[in-house]
Amino acid sequence: MRVNFTVNGCAQTVDDVWEGESLLYVLRERLGLPGSKNACEQGECGSCTVHLDDVPVCACLVAAGQVEGRRVRTVEGLADRGGERLDPVQEAFVEAGAVQCGFCTPGLVVQAHDLLSRVPDPQDAQIREALAGNLCRCTGYEKILDAVRLAARRKAAAR
Amino acid sequence: MEFLRPASWADALAAKAERPGAVPIQGGTDVMVEINFDVRRPEALLDLNPVKELAEWDVADDGRLRVGAGVPYARLIAELGDRLPGLAQASRTVGSPQIRNRGTIGGNLGAASPAGDGHPPLLAGGAEIEVESARRGVRMIPAAEFFTGVKANALRDDELIRAFWIAPASGPQYFAKVGTRNAMVIAVCSFAVALHPERRRVGTGLGSAAPTPRRATAAEEFASAELDWTGRRPLDPAVARRFGELAAAAASPIDDVRGTARYRRHALAVLARRTLSWAWNDYVAGRRAS
Ligand SMILES: Cc1cc2nc3c(=O)[nH]c(=O)nc-3n(C[C@H](O)[C@H](O)[C@H](O)COP(=O)(O)OP(=O)(O)OC[C@H]3O[C@@H](n4cnc5c(N)ncnc54)[C@H](O)[C@@H]3O)c2cc1C
Ligand code: FES
Ligand code: FES
Repeated sequence: MRVNFTVNGCAQTVDDVWEGESLLYVLRERLGLPGSKNACEQGECGSCTVHLDDVPVCACLVAAGQVEGRRVRTVEGLADRGGERLDPVQEAFVEAGAVQCGFCTPGLVVQAHDLLSRVPDPQDAQIREALAGNLCRCTGYEKILDAVRLAARRKAAAR
Repeated sequence: MEFLRPASWADALAAKAERPGAVPIQGGTDVMVEINFDVRRPEALLDLNPVKELAEWDVADDGRLRVGAGVPYARLIAELGDRLPGLAQASRTVGSPQIRNRGTIGGNLGAASPAGDGHPPLLAGGAEIEVESARRGVRMIPAAEFFTGVKANALRDDELIRAFWIAPASGPQYFAKVGTRNAMVIAVCSFAVALHPERRRVGTGLGSAAPTPRRATAAEEFASAELDWTGRRPLDPAVARRFGELAAAAASPIDDVRGTARYRRHALAVLARRTLSWAWNDYVAGRRAS
């Protein structure tokens, strides 16, 4: 089947999509956007998190046909066009040492980005709750919490 | 496989009547896992996301809430948490933020897992499930009659779930769930309690401790009769304990990877005793709900 939707601001038409295919597969394998990672395909790890009409969801659990006519924003769409300037959340992850193997990073960045857009100055409990669906096997999470706090401070200072 | 995209509720019913084998998909948090893992290869998927009616809720003429089957947990919590505190508490324990942004009560009911966290509060609150088919129209099914077996429900193959109907809380409500951690946990067992002071009734629902979610009817009868609805005297510990025992007796749990039957019975008695105590303390203090 054919699916029409908007990805990171660009209209896309994808053909020959299998009806049982996930949005994650379409993004990675058909549109060449490998930022969203595929680890579990069952909603447990959060590494495939993307925005669907501004709501963060697991792309592995959205059927490709369900995004017809809708807007998707992936981790690739957070930085400025061309990736010249990273989003403050991305910068903070790099600076705080919150990235080791990096597999969990895109999902965490998208989810943290969503948290800070709703709650600019989150308490630690709110950060933990927001990231509860994102697994990281490397960092032990402390540096990730540091990164989110740093991003929150940076964004506050920029206001 | 085919992918059907009805634009309205009427279209969805027509599509389901024509293709009874089509599998509805709302949040996809159950359906897509099965497809990704090749557990299920339906002949067609029936996408309910375009059916806007399902994502809405309103207050019916009789004062009850009519909540569309496609309202995700995140919105239930944000928009109805004050009126349905028990269901909101249960919703907060579902999966993770990403799962709560997509998953729905309609999907929970469709999957009809004995461990579905939405079910105990629907039972305790006396909810009815509105289902419809193009040919036979609407049926209202009491939540207690909706679950017919392990992962089986009362839906016929040309029917879809439209909404659930439930009265806004008239008294305190609680939900509690045992699991190995806070996020992303299927219940080892769970329990919901709702006080209905205007009728002097206690409602209950237990999860993950029988082939289906079910009420603990004997526990309800016992507590409704024993509680001091007018004087609002504090809860007698012996009553709380007996309530717990009766709740556990209503279960018929199994041993599985998540826990043993014996542990489940024990935990249920504790959850029932605690949730009733919390609810009654609120009632005594004059708090409607928390
Ligand atoms: C990582 C993860 C964690 C989870 N954690 C929990 C948890 O803690 N507690 C819990 O209870 N569940 C949990 N679940 C299961 C799932 O999220 C819930 O059952 C959810 O409520 C399903 O809703 P959905 O809209 O995504 O359903 P879908 O996957 O879209 O559908 C589920 C079933 O319902 C049917 N259906 C959907 N809508 C309708 C309708 N309107 N009419 C008729 N049939 C319909 C579908 O055909 C399907 O059989 C989890 C799932 C995942 C992936
Ligand atoms: S790949 Fe989607 S949640 Fe793990
Ligand atoms: S950095 Fe390796 S999984 Fe998180």
